[in-house]
Amino acid sequence: MIGIVDYGMGNLFSVSKALERLDAEFFISDDPAELAKADGIILPGVGSFRDAMILLEYKELDVFLKKHVDNGGYLLGICLGMQLLFEESEENGPAKGLSLIPGKITRLSGMDSKNNAYKVPHMGWNKLTFNNQSPLLKGLEEDYVYFVHSYFAVTNETEVVAASAKYDVDVPAIVTKGNVFGMQFHPEKSSSMGISLLKNYLSLVKGRQ
Amino acid sequence: MLTKRIIPCLDVKEGRVVKGVQFVSLRDAGDPVELAAFYDQEGADELVFLDISASHEGRETMVDVVKAVAGSLAIPFTVGGGINSLEDMKQILRAGADKVSLNTSAVLRPELITEGANYFGSQCIVVAVDARWDESLGSWRVYTHGGRRTTDWEVIAWVKEAVNRGAGEILLTSMDNDGEKQGFNLALTRAVSESVSVPVIASGGAGSAAHFEEAFTTGKADAALAASIFHYKETSVKEVKSFLKQKGVVVR
Repeated sequence: MIGIVDYGMGNLFSVSKALERLDAEFFISDDPAELAKADGIILPGVGSFRDAMILLEYKELDVFLKKHVDNGGYLLGICLGMQLLFEESEENGPAKGLSLIPGKITRLSGMDSKNNAYKVPHMGWNKLTFNNQSPLLKGLEEDYVYFVHSYFAVTNETEVVAASAKYDVDVPAIVTKGNVFGMQFHPEKSSSMGISLLKNYLSLVKGRQ
Repeated sequence: MLTKRIIPCLDVKEGRVVKGVQFVSLRDAGDPVELAAFYDQEGADELVFLDISASHEGRETMVDVVKAVAGSLAIPFTVGGGINSLEDMKQILRAGADKVSLNTSAVLRPELITEGANYFGSQCIVVAVDARWDESLGSWRVYTHGGRRTTDWEVIAWVKEAVNRGAGEILLTSMDNDGEKQGFNLALTRAVSESVSVPVIASGGAGSAAHFEEAFTTGKADAALAASIFHYKETSVKEVKSFLKQKGVVVR
Protein backbone atom coordinates (compact mmCIF):
# COMPACT_ATOMS: atom_id res chain seq x y z
CA MET A 1 0.00 0.00 0.00
CA ILE A 2 1.27 3.46 -1.01
CA GLY A 3 0.61 6.55 1.09
CA ILE A 4 0.81 9.92 -0.65
CA VAL A 5 1.68 12.74 1.73
CA ASP A 6 -0.75 15.64 1.40
CA TYR A 7 0.77 18.65 3.12
CA GLY A 8 -0.80 21.24 0.85
CA MET A 9 2.01 21.64 -1.67
CA GLY A 10 1.80 18.90 -4.20
CA ASN A 11 0.28 18.21 -7.54
CA LEU A 12 -1.43 15.22 -5.92
CA PHE A 13 -3.87 14.83 -8.74
CA SER A 14 -1.42 13.84 -11.46
CA VAL A 15 0.61 11.60 -9.14
CA SER A 16 -2.51 9.76 -7.99
CA LYS A 17 -3.78 9.43 -11.58
CA ALA A 18 -0.46 7.88 -12.59
CA LEU A 19 -0.79 5.36 -9.74
CA GLU A 20 -4.36 4.62 -10.77
CA ARG A 21 -3.17 3.83 -14.28
CA LEU A 22 -0.68 1.41 -12.76
CA ASP A 23 -3.43 -0.25 -10.71
CA ALA A 24 -1.57 0.58 -7.51
CA GLU A 25 -3.33 0.63 -4.18
CA PHE A 26 -2.83 4.01 -2.56
CA PHE A 27 -4.35 6.61 -0.30
CA ILE A 28 -3.76 10.31 0.31
CA SER A 29 -3.38 11.66 3.84
CA ASP A 30 -1.82 14.36 5.98
CA ASP A 31 -2.11 12.30 9.16
CA PRO A 32 1.06 10.52 10.39
CA ALA A 33 -1.06 7.81 12.08
CA GLU A 34 -2.80 7.02 8.80
CA LEU A 35 0.37 7.21 6.74
CA ALA A 36 2.07 4.79 9.14
CA LYS A 37 -0.10 2.06 7.62
CA ALA A 38 1.60 2.49 4.24
CA ASP A 39 4.49 0.28 3.12
CA GLY A 40 5.81 2.95 0.81
CA ILE A 41 5.42 6.72 0.93
CA ILE A 42 5.39 9.21 -1.92
CA LEU A 43 6.25 12.79 -1.02
CA PRO A 44 5.27 15.06 -3.91
CA GLY A 45 5.80 18.79 -3.90
CA VAL A 46 5.76 21.96 -5.94
CA GLY A 47 6.67 25.33 -4.47
CA SER A 48 9.14 26.71 -1.99
CA PHE A 49 11.35 24.53 0.22
CA ARG A 50 10.94 26.66 3.33
CA ASP A 51 7.12 26.72 3.13
CA ALA A 52 7.09 22.96 2.56
CA MET A 53 9.23 22.26 5.65
CA ILE A 54 7.08 24.54 7.80
CA LEU A 55 3.97 22.64 6.72
CA LEU A 56 5.60 19.23 7.25
CA GLU A 57 6.79 20.23 10.72
CA TYR A 58 3.43 21.72 11.63
CA LYS A 59 1.78 18.35 11.00
CA GLU A 60 4.74 16.44 12.47
CA LEU A 61 5.16 14.74 9.15
CA ASP A 62 8.92 15.35 9.28
CA VAL A 63 9.16 13.16 12.40
CA PHE A 64 6.95 10.55 10.80
CA LEU A 65 8.98 10.39 7.58
CA LYS A 66 12.26 9.90 9.45
CA LYS A 67 10.74 7.19 11.61
CA HIS A 68 9.20 5.47 8.59
CA VAL A 69 12.62 5.35 6.91
CA ASP A 70 14.35 4.17 10.13
CA ASN A 71 11.87 1.31 10.28
CA GLY A 72 12.87 0.23 6.79
CA GLY A 73 9.91 1.79 4.96
CA TYR A 74 10.37 3.08 1.43
CA LEU A 75 10.17 6.78 0.64
CA LEU A 76 10.08 8.46 -2.77
CA GLY A 77 10.32 12.24 -3.03
CA ILE A 78 9.30 13.88 -6.29
CA CYS A 79 10.55 17.30 -7.46
CA LEU A 80 10.43 19.55 -4.36
CA GLY A 81 9.73 16.32 -2.46
CA MET A 82 13.17 15.07 -3.54
CA GLN A 83 14.85 18.31 -2.51
CA LEU A 84 13.30 18.04 0.96
CA LEU A 85 15.23 14.78 1.49
CA PHE A 86 18.50 16.74 1.61
CA GLU A 87 20.05 18.59 4.56
CA GLU A 88 19.24 22.17 3.67
CA SER A 89 18.27 24.63 0.95
CA GLU A 90 19.30 28.18 0.25
CA GLU A 91 15.88 29.01 -1.23
CA ASN A 92 14.53 32.16 0.51
CA GLY A 93 17.32 32.02 3.06
CA PRO A 94 18.76 28.79 4.51
CA ALA A 95 16.18 26.25 5.66
CA LYS A 96 16.78 22.81 7.15
CA GLY A 97 15.52 19.75 5.30
CA LEU A 98 14.80 16.16 6.34
CA SER A 99 18.53 15.26 6.18
CA LEU A 100 17.90 11.75 4.86
CA ILE A 101 20.44 12.26 2.08
CA PRO A 102 23.66 14.29 2.48
CA GLY A 103 23.93 17.45 0.41
CA LYS A 104 22.19 20.75 -0.07
CA ILE A 105 19.84 22.46 -2.49
CA THR A 106 21.13 25.45 -4.37
CA ARG A 107 19.87 27.67 -7.19
CA LEU A 108 20.83 27.06 -10.80
CA SER A 109 23.04 30.12 -11.36
CA GLY A 110 21.96 30.84 -14.94
CA MET A 111 25.64 31.38 -15.85
CA ASP A 112 28.01 28.59 -16.89
CA SER A 113 31.76 28.35 -16.16
CA LYS A 114 32.53 30.32 -19.35
CA ASN A 115 30.13 33.09 -18.32
CA ASN A 116 27.51 32.13 -20.89
CA ALA A 117 23.95 32.69 -19.75
CA TYR A 118 21.60 29.71 -19.68
CA LYS A 119 17.89 29.54 -18.97
CA VAL A 120 16.39 29.05 -15.53
CA PRO A 121 14.08 27.23 -14.79
CA HIS A 122 15.47 24.03 -16.28
CA MET A 123 12.21 23.26 -18.05
CA GLY A 124 11.53 20.50 -20.51
CA TRP A 125 12.66 17.02 -21.54
CA ASN A 126 16.18 15.96 -20.72
CA LYS A 127 17.90 12.60 -21.03
CA LEU A 128 18.90 10.61 -17.97
CA THR A 129 22.47 9.35 -17.70
CA PHE A 130 22.74 6.35 -15.39
CA ASN A 131 25.70 6.71 -13.00
CA ASN A 132 25.09 4.22 -10.23
CA GLN A 133 22.92 1.20 -9.65
CA SER A 134 19.51 1.70 -8.19
CA PRO A 135 16.54 -0.64 -8.00
CA LEU A 136 14.56 2.17 -9.67
CA LEU A 137 16.59 1.75 -12.86
CA LYS A 138 16.11 -2.00 -13.08
CA GLY A 139 15.40 -3.12 -16.64
CA LEU A 140 15.38 0.46 -17.98
CA GLU A 141 17.49 2.23 -20.57
CA GLU A 142 18.55 5.86 -20.49
CA ASP A 143 15.62 7.93 -21.75
CA TYR A 144 14.03 11.37 -21.58
CA VAL A 145 12.06 12.68 -18.61
CA TYR A 146 10.32 16.01 -17.90
CA PHE A 147 11.98 18.55 -15.60
CA VAL A 148 10.72 21.85 -14.19
CA HIS A 149 12.90 23.37 -11.47
CA SER A 150 15.14 26.31 -10.60
CA TYR A 151 17.01 24.71 -7.68
CA PHE A 152 19.08 21.54 -7.73
CA ALA A 153 20.90 19.18 -5.38
CA VAL A 154 24.63 19.40 -4.74
CA THR A 155 26.19 16.47 -2.91
CA ASN A 156 29.71 15.23 -2.26
CA GLU A 157 28.49 11.65 -1.98
CA THR A 158 28.46 10.88 -5.69
CA GLU A 159 27.25 7.33 -5.08
CA VAL A 160 23.80 8.60 -4.11
CA VAL A 161 23.29 10.07 -7.60
CA ALA A 162 21.89 7.10 -9.51
CA ALA A 163 21.08 9.17 -12.59
CA SER A 164 21.75 12.70 -13.72
CA ALA A 165 20.83 15.00 -16.59
CA LYS A 166 23.21 17.23 -18.50
CA TYR A 167 22.20 20.85 -18.42
CA ASP A 168 24.84 23.55 -18.18
CA VAL A 169 25.63 21.79 -14.92
CA ASP A 170 25.09 18.10 -14.13
CA VAL A 171 21.70 17.93 -12.44
CA PRO A 172 21.16 15.02 -10.03
CA ALA A 173 17.95 13.48 -11.35
CA ILE A 174 17.49 10.24 -9.40
CA VAL A 175 18.98 9.89 -5.93
CA THR A 176 19.08 6.71 -3.88
CA LYS A 177 20.25 6.08 -0.34
CA GLY A 178 19.13 2.80 1.16
CA ASN A 179 15.34 2.82 1.16
CA VAL A 180 15.11 6.56 0.34
CA PHE A 181 14.64 7.66 -3.27
CA GLY A 182 14.18 10.97 -5.01
CA MET A 183 13.36 12.15 -8.52
CA GLN A 184 14.01 15.77 -9.46
CA PHE A 185 11.85 15.45 -12.58
CA HIS A 186 8.15 14.59 -12.75
CA PRO A 187 7.72 10.85 -13.45
CA GLU A 188 3.96 11.40 -13.65
CA LYS A 189 4.57 13.77 -16.58
CA SER A 190 7.37 11.82 -18.24
CA SER A 191 5.37 9.61 -20.59
CA SER A 192 6.37 5.92 -20.71
CA MET A 193 9.77 6.35 -19.00
CA GLY A 194 8.13 8.03 -16.01
CA ILE A 195 5.56 5.28 -15.73
CA SER A 196 8.30 2.62 -15.82
CA LEU A 197 10.21 4.35 -13.03
CA LEU A 198 7.09 4.56 -10.87
CA LYS A 199 6.41 0.92 -11.62
CA ASN A 200 9.85 -0.03 -10.32
CA TYR A 201 9.17 1.88 -7.12
CA LEU A 202 5.83 0.11 -6.72
CA SER A 203 7.52 -3.27 -7.21
CA LEU A 204 10.00 -2.46 -4.46
CA VAL A 205 7.21 -1.52 -2.09
CA LYS A 206 5.28 -4.63 -3.00
CA GLY A 207 8.34 -6.74 -2.24
CA ARG A 208 8.25 -5.46 1.32
CA GLN A 209 4.62 -6.34 1.92
CA MET B 1 20.93 18.08 -22.99
CA LEU B 2 17.59 19.75 -22.77
CA THR B 3 15.57 19.01 -25.91
CA LYS B 4 13.68 21.46 -28.07
CA ARG B 5 9.97 20.97 -27.49
CA ILE B 6 7.21 20.53 -30.08
CA ILE B 7 3.82 21.65 -28.81
CA PRO B 8 0.52 21.13 -30.63
CA CYS B 9 -2.16 23.66 -29.66
CA LEU B 10 -5.83 22.74 -29.43
CA ASP B 11 -8.67 25.27 -29.42
CA VAL B 12 -11.52 24.25 -27.15
CA LYS B 13 -14.98 25.76 -27.30
CA GLU B 14 -17.71 24.74 -24.84
CA GLY B 15 -15.71 21.63 -24.02
CA ARG B 16 -15.10 20.52 -27.60
CA VAL B 17 -12.00 20.80 -29.77
CA VAL B 18 -12.82 23.02 -32.74
CA LYS B 19 -11.12 23.95 -36.03
CA GLY B 20 -12.11 20.62 -37.54
CA VAL B 21 -9.30 18.29 -36.70
CA GLN B 22 -8.92 15.90 -39.62
CA PHE B 23 -8.23 12.51 -38.14
CA VAL B 24 -10.23 9.76 -39.70
CA SER B 25 -8.80 7.30 -37.22
CA LEU B 26 -10.43 9.02 -34.27
CA ARG B 27 -13.84 8.00 -33.07
CA ASP B 28 -14.58 11.55 -32.03
CA ALA B 29 -12.36 14.28 -33.48
CA GLY B 30 -13.81 16.83 -31.09
CA ASP B 31 -12.96 14.97 -27.92
CA PRO B 32 -10.09 16.72 -26.11
CA VAL B 33 -9.12 13.54 -24.24
CA GLU B 34 -8.86 11.45 -27.38
CA LEU B 35 -6.89 14.11 -29.23
CA ALA B 36 -4.54 14.61 -26.29
CA ALA B 37 -3.84 10.87 -26.22
CA PHE B 38 -3.22 10.92 -29.97
CA TYR B 39 -0.62 13.70 -29.71
CA ASP B 40 1.05 12.02 -26.74
CA GLN B 41 1.44 8.86 -28.88
CA GLU B 42 2.81 10.98 -31.73
CA GLY B 43 5.62 12.22 -29.50
CA ALA B 44 4.34 15.70 -28.61
CA ASP B 45 6.36 17.10 -25.71
CA GLU B 46 3.55 19.18 -24.25
CA LEU B 47 0.10 20.35 -25.21
CA VAL B 48 -1.58 23.73 -25.03
CA PHE B 49 -5.35 24.00 -24.70
CA LEU B 50 -6.79 27.36 -25.57
CA ASP B 51 -10.30 27.92 -24.25
CA ILE B 52 -12.14 30.08 -26.76
CA SER B 53 -15.56 29.70 -25.12
CA ALA B 54 -17.39 32.97 -24.95
CA SER B 55 -19.79 31.97 -22.21
CA HIS B 56 -19.45 31.41 -18.51
CA GLU B 57 -20.87 27.89 -18.95
CA GLY B 58 -18.18 27.16 -21.51
CA ARG B 59 -15.51 28.11 -18.98
CA GLU B 60 -17.07 25.86 -16.37
CA THR B 61 -16.95 23.03 -18.89
CA MET B 62 -13.26 23.72 -19.42
CA VAL B 63 -12.56 22.70 -15.82
CA ASP B 64 -14.12 19.29 -16.56
CA VAL B 65 -12.07 19.03 -19.75
CA VAL B 66 -8.90 19.75 -17.77
CA LYS B 67 -9.78 17.07 -15.22
CA ALA B 68 -10.45 14.50 -17.92
CA VAL B 69 -7.25 15.31 -19.81
CA ALA B 70 -5.15 15.31 -16.64
CA GLY B 71 -6.57 11.91 -15.76
CA SER B 72 -5.30 10.28 -18.91
CA LEU B 73 -2.32 12.28 -20.17
CA ALA B 74 1.24 11.52 -19.04
CA ILE B 75 2.85 14.66 -20.51
CA PRO B 76 2.52 18.25 -19.29
CA PHE B 77 -0.14 20.61 -20.57
CA THR B 78 -0.94 24.30 -20.38
CA VAL B 79 -4.37 25.91 -20.36
CA GLY B 80 -5.01 29.45 -21.60
CA GLY B 81 -7.97 31.64 -22.46
CA GLY B 82 -10.26 33.46 -20.10
CA ILE B 83 -8.05 33.22 -17.02
CA ASN B 84 -8.59 36.55 -15.30
CA SER B 85 -7.98 36.00 -11.62
CA LEU B 86 -6.05 33.98 -9.07
CA GLU B 87 -9.30 32.11 -8.49
CA ASP B 88 -9.43 31.10 -12.19
CA MET B 89 -5.82 29.88 -11.97
CA LYS B 90 -6.57 27.84 -8.87
CA GLN B 91 -9.52 26.17 -10.60
CA ILE B 92 -7.53 25.18 -13.66
CA LEU B 93 -4.34 24.13 -11.87
CA ARG B 94 -6.18 22.18 -9.20
CA ALA B 95 -8.08 20.38 -11.95
CA GLY B 96 -4.69 19.03 -13.06
CA ALA B 97 -3.19 21.43 -15.61
CA ASP B 98 0.55 21.96 -15.21
CA LYS B 99 0.62 25.59 -16.30
CA VAL B 100 -1.78 28.41 -17.01
CA SER B 101 -1.25 30.93 -19.74
CA LEU B 102 -2.21 34.57 -19.21
CA ASN B 103 -2.59 37.04 -22.04
CA THR B 104 -4.98 40.02 -21.97
CA SER B 105 -5.58 39.71 -18.23
CA ALA B 106 -1.83 40.06 -17.55
CA VAL B 107 -1.55 43.22 -19.65
CA LEU B 108 -4.61 44.76 -18.00
CA ARG B 109 -3.36 43.91 -14.52
CA PRO B 110 0.31 42.83 -14.45
CA GLU B 111 0.04 42.11 -10.68
CA LEU B 112 -1.86 38.97 -11.68
CA ILE B 113 1.42 37.43 -12.88
CA THR B 114 3.01 38.04 -9.48
CA GLU B 115 -0.01 36.73 -7.61
CA GLY B 116 0.06 33.51 -9.62
CA ALA B 117 3.83 33.09 -9.34
CA ASN B 118 3.78 33.66 -5.58
CA TYR B 119 0.99 31.19 -5.09
CA PHE B 120 1.98 28.40 -7.49
CA GLY B 121 5.58 29.18 -8.42
CA SER B 122 6.83 30.72 -11.67
CA GLN B 123 6.97 27.35 -13.39
CA CYS B 124 3.15 27.34 -13.53
CA ILE B 125 2.78 30.80 -15.06
CA VAL B 126 3.10 31.28 -18.81
CA VAL B 127 2.60 34.74 -20.26
CA ALA B 128 1.27 34.65 -23.81
CA VAL B 129 2.13 37.64 -25.97
CA ASP B 130 0.50 38.55 -29.28
CA ALA B 131 2.99 40.68 -31.21
CA ARG B 132 2.79 42.65 -34.45
CA TRP B 133 5.45 44.76 -36.13
CA ASP B 134 4.80 48.48 -35.72
CA GLU B 135 6.61 50.79 -38.11
CA SER B 136 6.09 53.90 -35.99
CA LEU B 137 7.48 52.11 -32.96
CA GLY B 138 10.37 50.60 -34.92
CA SER B 139 9.67 47.39 -33.03
CA TRP B 140 6.88 44.95 -32.25
CA ARG B 141 3.81 46.05 -30.35
CA VAL B 142 1.76 43.98 -27.89
CA TYR B 143 -1.88 43.35 -28.78
CA THR B 144 -4.65 42.03 -26.54
CA HIS B 145 -8.19 40.68 -26.84
CA GLY B 146 -7.22 38.07 -29.40
CA GLY B 147 -5.26 40.62 -31.42
CA ARG B 148 -8.09 43.11 -31.71
CA ARG B 149 -6.76 45.82 -29.42
CA THR B 150 -3.47 47.67 -29.41
CA THR B 151 -1.59 48.44 -26.21
CA ASP B 152 1.15 50.89 -25.30
CA TRP B 153 3.59 48.06 -24.66
CA GLU B 154 6.57 47.39 -26.89
CA VAL B 155 7.16 43.63 -26.92
CA ILE B 156 10.68 43.48 -25.44
CA ALA B 157 9.75 45.87 -22.63
CA TRP B 158 6.62 43.85 -21.88
CA VAL B 159 8.28 40.42 -21.79
CA LYS B 160 10.98 41.78 -19.46
CA GLU B 161 8.28 43.20 -17.22
CA ALA B 162 6.38 39.90 -17.29
CA VAL B 163 9.48 37.91 -16.35
CA ASN B 164 10.38 40.35 -13.57
CA ARG B 165 6.89 39.86 -12.23
CA GLY B 166 7.30 36.08 -12.17
CA ALA B 167 6.44 34.65 -15.59
CA GLY B 168 8.18 31.28 -15.96
CA GLU B 169 7.80 31.01 -19.71
CA ILE B 170 6.81 33.22 -22.67
CA LEU B 171 4.44 31.99 -25.38
CA LEU B 172 5.17 34.36 -28.23
CA THR B 173 2.81 34.60 -31.20
CA SER B 174 3.65 36.66 -34.26
CA MET B 175 0.39 38.08 -35.60
CA ASP B 176 2.20 39.02 -38.81
CA ASN B 177 3.15 35.41 -39.47
CA ASP B 178 0.19 33.59 -37.95
CA GLY B 179 -1.81 31.62 -40.50
CA GLU B 180 0.61 32.40 -43.34
CA LYS B 181 2.52 29.11 -43.11
CA GLN B 182 5.68 30.88 -44.28
CA GLY B 183 7.62 30.16 -41.10
CA PHE B 184 7.94 31.58 -37.60
CA ASN B 185 8.95 35.19 -37.09
CA LEU B 186 12.64 34.56 -36.46
CA ALA B 187 13.72 38.13 -35.74
CA LEU B 188 10.97 38.57 -33.15
CA THR B 189 11.59 35.18 -31.56
CA ARG B 190 15.32 35.74 -31.31
CA ALA B 191 14.92 39.26 -29.92
CA VAL B 192 12.62 37.98 -27.17
CA SER B 193 14.64 34.85 -26.42
CA GLU B 194 17.80 36.91 -26.00
CA SER B 195 16.17 39.45 -23.73
CA VAL B 196 14.67 37.12 -21.10
CA SER B 197 16.10 34.37 -18.91
CA VAL B 198 13.08 32.05 -19.16
CA PRO B 199 12.14 29.65 -21.98
CA VAL B 200 10.39 31.07 -25.06
CA ILE B 201 7.82 29.20 -27.15
CA ALA B 202 7.65 30.40 -30.76
CA SER B 203 4.19 30.45 -32.29
CA GLY B 204 2.56 31.58 -35.52
CA GLY B 205 3.55 30.70 -39.05
CA ALA B 206 4.62 27.05 -38.98
CA GLY B 207 4.16 25.53 -42.43
CA SER B 208 6.82 22.82 -42.62
CA ALA B 209 9.37 20.87 -40.58
CA ALA B 210 12.11 23.20 -41.81
CA HIS B 211 10.34 26.12 -40.15
CA PHE B 212 10.76 24.44 -36.77
CA GLU B 213 14.47 24.04 -37.33
CA GLU B 214 14.83 27.77 -38.10
CA ALA B 215 12.84 28.68 -35.01
CA PHE B 216 15.28 26.72 -32.83
CA THR B 217 18.54 27.70 -34.55
CA THR B 218 18.13 31.25 -35.91
CA GLY B 219 15.19 32.12 -33.67
CA LYS B 220 16.77 30.63 -30.51
CA ALA B 221 13.37 29.38 -29.35
CA ASP B 222 13.19 26.72 -26.64
CA ALA B 223 9.94 25.28 -27.95
CA ALA B 224 7.69 25.75 -30.95
CA LEU B 225 3.92 25.59 -31.12
CA ALA B 226 1.66 24.86 -34.06
CA ALA B 227 -1.98 24.06 -34.59
CA SER B 228 -3.37 23.65 -38.08
CA ILE B 229 -0.43 21.92 -39.77
CA PHE B 230 -0.70 19.15 -37.19
CA HIS B 231 -4.48 19.04 -37.08
CA TYR B 232 -4.80 18.92 -40.87
CA LYS B 233 -1.99 16.38 -41.12
CA GLU B 234 0.12 18.56 -43.40
CA THR B 235 2.91 17.17 -41.31
CA SER B 236 3.07 15.29 -38.03
CA VAL B 237 4.94 15.69 -34.78
CA LYS B 238 6.82 12.52 -35.68
CA GLU B 239 7.89 13.85 -39.07
CA VAL B 240 8.97 17.17 -37.63
CA LYS B 241 11.03 15.43 -34.98
CA SER B 242 12.77 13.05 -37.35
CA PHE B 243 13.63 16.01 -39.62
CA LEU B 244 15.03 17.92 -36.64
CA LYS B 245 17.09 14.91 -35.57
CA GLN B 246 18.65 14.69 -39.04
CA LYS B 247 19.55 18.35 -38.79
CA GLY B 248 21.22 17.84 -35.44
CA VAL B 249 18.59 19.56 -33.31
CA VAL B 250 18.19 17.65 -30.03
CA VAL B 251 14.64 16.36 -29.63
CA ARG B 252 13.10 13.58 -27.63
